[in-house]
Amino acid sequence: MSDQVTTNNSLKPIGAEQENLDMHDAPNVMNPEHVAHHIVSPVVYLMIFGILMVGTALTAGMAYVPLGPFNAPVALAIACTKAVFVVLFFMHVKYSSKLVKLTVSAGVFTFLVLCMMSLLDYVSRAWGRW
Amino acid sequence: MSLASTITNPPEPEIHASHDVHEHPFYQKHHFETAEQQREAASFGMWLFLLTEIMFFGGLFFAYLLYRNWYYDAFVSASNSINMVMGLINTIVLIGSSFTMAMAVWSAEVRNKKLLQIFLLATVVLGFAFLGIKTGEYYDKFAEHHVPGASFDIHDFVHPQPGTNEKALSVDMANKTQIFFSLYFAMTGVHALHMIIGIGILIGLLWYSRSGIYTEGYVQPIENFGLYWHFVDIVWIFLFPLLYLINRH
Amino acid sequence: MSTIVSLPDQTTAALPKRTYINNEHGILSWLLTADHKRIAMLYLVSITFFFFIGGFFAGMVRLELLTPAGDLMAADTYNKMFTMHGIVMIFLFLVPSVPATLGNFLIPIMIGAKDLAFPKINLLSWYLYMAGGIFVLTTLVLGGVDTGWTFTTPLSTHYLNTHVVTTATAIFIAGFSSIFTGLNFIVTIHRMRAPGMTWFRLPLFVWSNYAASVLMVLGTPVLAIAIVLVALERTIGIGVFDPTKGGDPLLFQHLFWFYSHPAVYIMILPGFGVISEVISTFSRKRVFGYTAVAFSSVAIAVFGFFVWAHHMFIMGVSNYSALVFSLLTMLVAVPSAIKIFNWSFTMQKGSITFETPMLYAFGFIGLFTIGGLTGVFLGALGMDVMLTETYFVVAHFHFVMVGGMLMAFLAGIHFWWPKLTGRMYPESVSKLAAIITFVGFILTFFPQFVVGYLGMPRRYHAYPPEFQVLNVLSTAGATVLGVGYMLPLLYLAWSLKYGAIAGNNPWQATGLEWQIQSPPLTENFIETPIVDHEAYDYEWLERTKERELQHVG
Ligand SMILES: [Cu+2]
Repeated sequence: MSDQVTTNNSLKPIGAEQENLDMHDAPNVMNPEHVAHHIVSPVVYLMIFGILMVGTALTAGMAYVPLGPFNAPVALAIACTKAVFVVLFFMHVKYSSKLVKLTVSAGVFTFLVLCMMSLLDYVSRAWGRW
Repeated sequence: MSLASTITNPPEPEIHASHDVHEHPFYQKHHFETAEQQREAASFGMWLFLLTEIMFFGGLFFAYLLYRNWYYDAFVSASNSINMVMGLINTIVLIGSSFTMAMAVWSAEVRNKKLLQIFLLATVVLGFAFLGIKTGEYYDKFAEHHVPGASFDIHDFVHPQPGTNEKALSVDMANKTQIFFSLYFAMTGVHALHMIIGIGILIGLLWYSRSGIYTEGYVQPIENFGLYWHFVDIVWIFLFPLLYLINRH
Repeated sequence: MSTIVSLPDQTTAALPKRTYINNEHGILSWLLTADHKRIAMLYLVSITFFFFIGGFFAGMVRLELLTPAGDLMAADTYNKMFTMHGIVMIFLFLVPSVPATLGNFLIPIMIGAKDLAFPKINLLSWYLYMAGGIFVLTTLVLGGVDTGWTFTTPLSTHYLNTHVVTTATAIFIAGFSSIFTGLNFIVTIHRMRAPGMTWFRLPLFVWSNYAASVLMVLGTPVLAIAIVLVALERTIGIGVFDPTKGGDPLLFQHLFWFYSHPAVYIMILPGFGVISEVISTFSRKRVFGYTAVAFSSVAIAVFGFFVWAHHMFIMGVSNYSALVFSLLTMLVAVPSAIKIFNWSFTMQKGSITFETPMLYAFGFIGLFTIGGLTGVFLGALGMDVMLTETYFVVAHFHFVMVGGMLMAFLAGIHFWWPKLTGRMYPESVSKLAAIITFVGFILTFFPQFVVGYLGMPRRYHAYPPEFQVLNVLSTAGATVLGVGYMLPLLYLAWSLKYGAIAGNNPWQATGLEWQIQSPPLTENFIETPIVDHEAYDYEWLERTKERELQHVG
C-alpha cells in the first residue's frame, strides 16, 4: 500500500518536547491527539470495495443455509466485519488520531449500554422466554 | 511569560515563529491558528455528529432487537414477504456509492478537479438509484396492504400462498407483523431521509466544486461529507441482513 | 464587612472604547453574528423570556392549589398548565440555561481561544432553539398540550386530543440545538486551547460543561428518536409502542429516560461549574481537590447512563432490574457528594467574603444537598414505590433544579455580569434578592416534601382539605419567589445604564476571562495568551499585579 503522508514543513515532529507545554503549539503537533494527515490510495479503496462485495454475497448466501440458532450471529458477524472495514479505511479511522478512535468507541459503548441495561429489564421480566 | 504581560506587551518573536513564516490558506477561518487545527476540529466535529447519529439509529435498533425476540415467527414471515433481490441490489448500489465517495475524497486530496466531479456525480447517480429501488419496494408493500395502519391486512400471513413453504401464522401472531413493518418503514424511512439529505448536499458540493476550491487544498467539506455518506452506508449494511434475511431457508 | 471588590476610580473610569457590543451596529449585526459572546447574549434574552413564560404557568398551578377544590380551572386545563410549565422550563430554560449563555460566552475565553470551533453552527443552535420555542408558543396558541412533560405512552399516542405532534416537533428541534451546542463545546475544548492550557489547568467550569456536553451529544438523539416514533404513531399509524399491535409502551419509557435521566445532569453539571468558580473566588483559595472535582463531573456523566430505570420502578419493570438500577443509582451520589465536600473544604480557612454570587452559592450548596439526599431516598427501591408520583418527587426535583440549578445560574449571572456588560449590579439590592429567593424557595418547596410524604399525589388539580395549610404555605412561598426573580430582572436592566464601571477584574479572580477588558473585544485577546499557571492560582495573580505596578511605577 502506497500511502502518502502530507506533512507541513513548519510542523515539528510529534512527540518533540511534549512536556514543554509553554511553547507555542498552535498546530497542536505536540498534542497526543494530533496525527499527520494521510491520503489513502485508490488501490486500498478498491480492495475494501472487493471485501465488502464478498461480504454482501456471503450474507445473502448464508441466509439460505439452515444454521438453526446461528443464522443471526453469523449475519451480524459479517455485518460487523463489513462495518469495521468501512470505518477503518473508507472513513480513515485507521489513520486518525486516538481521539477519533475514542469517539467511535464511545458511540459503540453507549449504544451497548442502552441495549444491555434495557435488556436487563426485558430478560428478567420473563425468565426463560428469551 | 505571563498572560497579563502578553496583553500589554508585544509577544516575543521566537515564540510566534511558526505563525509568521507561512501565509494562511484562503479557506482558513480567522479564529483558527493554522489550517491544520481547523481541519482536525472539523473532522472531530463531524465524528461527534456521527456519534449522535449512532444513538439516533440505536434506539430503533434496540426496538428491533426486542421485538424480533418477542415475535420471531411474525418477523420471519414478514421479512420473507419483502423483496430480497431488490434489497441485495440496493446493498451493492450503496456500497458502490460509498466506494465512489471514497474515490471523490481521494480526487480532492490529489487535487484533480475532473475526477472529483466524476466521482461526486457517480455518487449522486447511485444514490438516486438506491432511492428509486426503495420506492419500488415501498410501492409493493402498499399494494400488498402491508403498511401499518387502517389498511393493514394480515391475510397474506394467515393464509400464505400455496406452493411456498411459508408457515401459516395464527391471527394473533400475524397481527404482530405490524410491528415488523412499523420498524421496517421507520428504519428504512429514516435511512432514506438521510440519503435524500445527503444527495442534496452532494449536489451542492458538485455545484461549488466547479470553482475548484475543493481541489486547491480545501478538502474538508468533501472529506466530512464522505464520513456522513459512509455512515449511512454502514446503517444499511446492518439493515439489510436484519430486515431482509431473518430466515430465508 | 470585608470585601474583595476593587473597582476603578468611578470619577475617571469609562467603558472601553471598542467592545464586542459596540463593534457593529444594527439589529442584523446581532441576528447574523458569529461572535460567541453576542450569541450568548441572544440566548440570555431568549431564555429569560421563556423562563417567565414557564414561571407564569407555575404561578397558575400554585394558584389552583391554593384551595382544595378544583375551582380556578377545569381538570384538563390544569393538566395543560403543569405540562406547559414542565416543557418550557426543562427544554427551553434549564437545558440551555448555563451552557448556552455563560458557557457560550466564557468557554472560549477561559481556554484562551478567539471563538468556539464552529461559530456558524453556534448561531444555528440559537436559531434552532428559537424555532423550538416558536413551536412551543404555537402549541400554546392552539390550546396547549396535556401529556405531562414525559409524553407517557399510550396516553400521548392514543388518548389525548391536544397538540402532541406540535410539541414533539418543538422538542425535537430544541434537542438538536442542544446537540450542536454540546458538539461545539467538545471540539472547542479539545482543539482550541491556548498554548500551556493543559487539561488540568482548565477552570472547573470548563470541565463541568465538557461533561454536560458529552451527555448532550450522546443522550439527546435517543430522546429525538423516541419523540419521532410517538409523532409517527399519532400521525401515520407506525406502531412501535402500540400494545394493540404488540408494541411495548415501556420501551418508550426506556428510551425517554435514557435521555431524561442524564438530562438532569445536563442541567445541573454546568451549575456545578459556576459554583466551583464562585466558591474559589470568594474564598481566595484554590478549589480543594481540583482533580477530584474535575473527574467527579466526568464520573457523574458516565454513571448517569446506567441508572435511568429508577424513574420506572412502579411502571412494571422486572423486580430484578429494579434492584440493580436502585443499587446503581446510589453510585451517582458518590461523585455529587465529592463535590459538596470539596466546596466545603475550599471554604475552610479561606478568606470568605459575602458578595451576591457567594450568597447564591451558599443557597445552592444547602438546597442542592437536600435535593440530592432526597434523591437517594427516591433511588432506594422501597421508598420510591411509596413516594414516587407524590409531591415528594416534585419537591426533590425542584430542590435540585430550582434550588440548585437556578441558584447557580443566578450566581453565575451576577458573578460574570461585570464581564458580560462592563458594569456592576447594585450590591445591596442584589443581596436582598438573593435572600428573598432563598426564603421564598424554602417556603415554597419544603412544605411539598411534607405534603408528599403525607401522600398528596402530583398532577391533580384538587386535593383533600387536610393538605390545605401546607399548600397555602407553598403558594405564599411561590409569590415571594416570584418577587425574588423579578428583582434581578429589574436591577440588572437598570445597571446596564447606571451600574458602576467594573474594570477588568472586579473580583480579583484568576480566570483568563478576568485578565481582559470588560466587556471583551470581539476577538477576545489581542494576542493568543500563553498560560503558565494553574487554575485558581491567587499568588500568581498577586505577582502579576506587583510586576505591573513596578512597570507603571
Ligand atoms: Cu433520574
